[in-house]
Amino acid sequence: MSRAQFVVRRLAQMVPVVFGITLVVFILLQMIPGDPAATMLGIHATPESIAALRHELGLDRPIWEQYLRYVSNILTLDLGESLKYKASVSSLLQDRLLLTLQLIAYATLIIVAIALPLGIASAVWKDSLFDQIVRALLMVTMVMPGFWIGIVLLTVFSVKFGLFPVSGAGDGPVDRMHHLLLPALTIALGIVPLLVRALRGSILEAMQADYVRTARAKGLNSAGVVTGHVLRNALIPAVTLLGLSIGYLMGGTVVVENVFSLPGAGKLLVDAIGARDYPVVQSTTLVFAILVILVNLATDLIYTLLDPRVRVG
Amino acid sequence: MATRSPSLQDAAPAEAAGSLRARAASRGFRWRERNLLIGGALIAAIFLVAIFAPVIAPMGPQDTDYTARLKPPTAQHLFGTDNLGRDIFSRVVWGSRIDLQVGIFSVILPFLVGGAVGCLAGFFGGRVDAIAMRIADVIQAFPFLILIIAIVAVLGTGLTSVYIAVALVAWVSYARLVRGEVLVARNREYVEAALAMGATNGRTISRHILPNVISSALVFATADIVLYIVLVTSLSYLGLAAQPPSPEWGAMITEGRTFMATAWWISLFPGLAVVLTGIAFSIFGDGLADALRLGRR
Repeated sequence: MSRAQFVVRRLAQMVPVVFGITLVVFILLQMIPGDPAATMLGIHATPESIAALRHELGLDRPIWEQYLRYVSNILTLDLGESLKYKASVSSLLQDRLLLTLQLIAYATLIIVAIALPLGIASAVWKDSLFDQIVRALLMVTMVMPGFWIGIVLLTVFSVKFGLFPVSGAGDGPVDRMHHLLLPALTIALGIVPLLVRALRGSILEAMQADYVRTARAKGLNSAGVVTGHVLRNALIPAVTLLGLSIGYLMGGTVVVENVFSLPGAGKLLVDAIGARDYPVVQSTTLVFAILVILVNLATDLIYTLLDPRVRVG
Repeated sequence: MATRSPSLQDAAPAEAAGSLRARAASRGFRWRERNLLIGGALIAAIFLVAIFAPVIAPMGPQDTDYTARLKPPTAQHLFGTDNLGRDIFSRVVWGSRIDLQVGIFSVILPFLVGGAVGCLAGFFGGRVDAIAMRIADVIQAFPFLILIIAIVAVLGTGLTSVYIAVALVAWVSYARLVRGEVLVARNREYVEAALAMGATNGRTISRHILPNVISSALVFATADIVLYIVLVTSLSYLGLAAQPPSPEWGAMITEGRTFMATAWWISLFPGLAVVLTGIAFSIFGDGLADALRLGRR
């Protein structure tokens, strides 16, 4: 099977999942206790305004018709209208999503920059004092709530020392990187322990393989063995884990954008909940889910490129 | 874990390797005992604090003293006071009741629902399995926290909504785990023997399969308690779970946020309580996992 055929097959496998996702997101609106239109409009609603909103949202039609209309709207990239902002959800999401994706990409870079050296050092110096300190620190980091880390970093580095801005996303690439460093670090610290653990484990496993013994027998020094032989193989599970962590990273952006007052898609979601702006809640959830399955698809492709043993068939 | 270095593996003759393996196994045994003991002791201590909160806490969680507002930690107020003059130590102690309850309650429903679905899917296979696993695929396609937030958003904020949302989303992990174990157990001789002797499907599952597959789900559940405590503190921070003036640790951190630069103790101590509880359950979970792994060898 060629790589193109593999992509087509994976895309075909995604179809029922995407269908299921639209169904779950559609059901979300039906789960609102009582009349969703009355709930959205709040205490100031009149019977006329409730009836008008019910009609606008199509809630006065049979349920199957509502779903078909919902799916056909999605296919034309019509994600509905925000009740709070009186604007299309697609336009609201456009800029905010870009910021959220930048934040995720930045966090991923930081994860790799921290986890790779720590994972290698921990494996090479297995059971040493360094390894034990790293493992203890990672255990503590793993159970820290992300928002608490964010608040502490914000207070220490932004408020006390004034090294970073307190809020906002900044203009221009350099300014943005400066603004997003603490938020990205906060998200990264949640994944780093998992990745270091995975890397350490896979490096230790690879170090026992026959090809490593052969390399050592041929006189290659430890550094050469690790970089030339062990790492290439040990990185594969780590890349997979990083790809699978995308859902966690997205969840992290929701919390962190609120801690650092960043105008991203995660903040839009939480603000929409406060305003009972359910079309925004629905569409943001949908977009996040679609992004996750696209990243998972990309991870599968990278996996086949990284590891020639993995047959695309 | 008995992991040997490559150099030892190369050099040691078979007998020496055997003795090394035995020594490593006994080391592993002691280590798992230690993890279980330390984790168990810490968890027991946290439970005791929660049970005896009225005795341990010098003040009630909502008692205010306006003459002692924003006081730093002293002998009188071990963790200081907040902007309303409430004793942070007392609130952290009372909060342990809420957060432990949240962690355990959140795990129970997904454990039961996921365990039941996994058992049925693994045992019966076919359409039951296909339908359950396709639903699981769809739910797992969503970012976990975002789907929880979306469900809480439509059900209304509060801890009850969080429990329902967690149950609707988190059962999937348990279902997959138990299904995998049941698929293996299904083909074991003791199950075939039970069925051949005329045991009903229900009896075979409950009497023969379940006792053999439930342990790994229990280990997973122990680790999940930490996840849910952290999850609920995060949801409380976003205003979706426990609401102020509840002494829930996440809500306390949120309340202290505005005073972080001047009265750091308001947010710091509840955060440390989350971390300590998390470490306790993590160590205990690791110990349980090791015990299970070694027990199976």
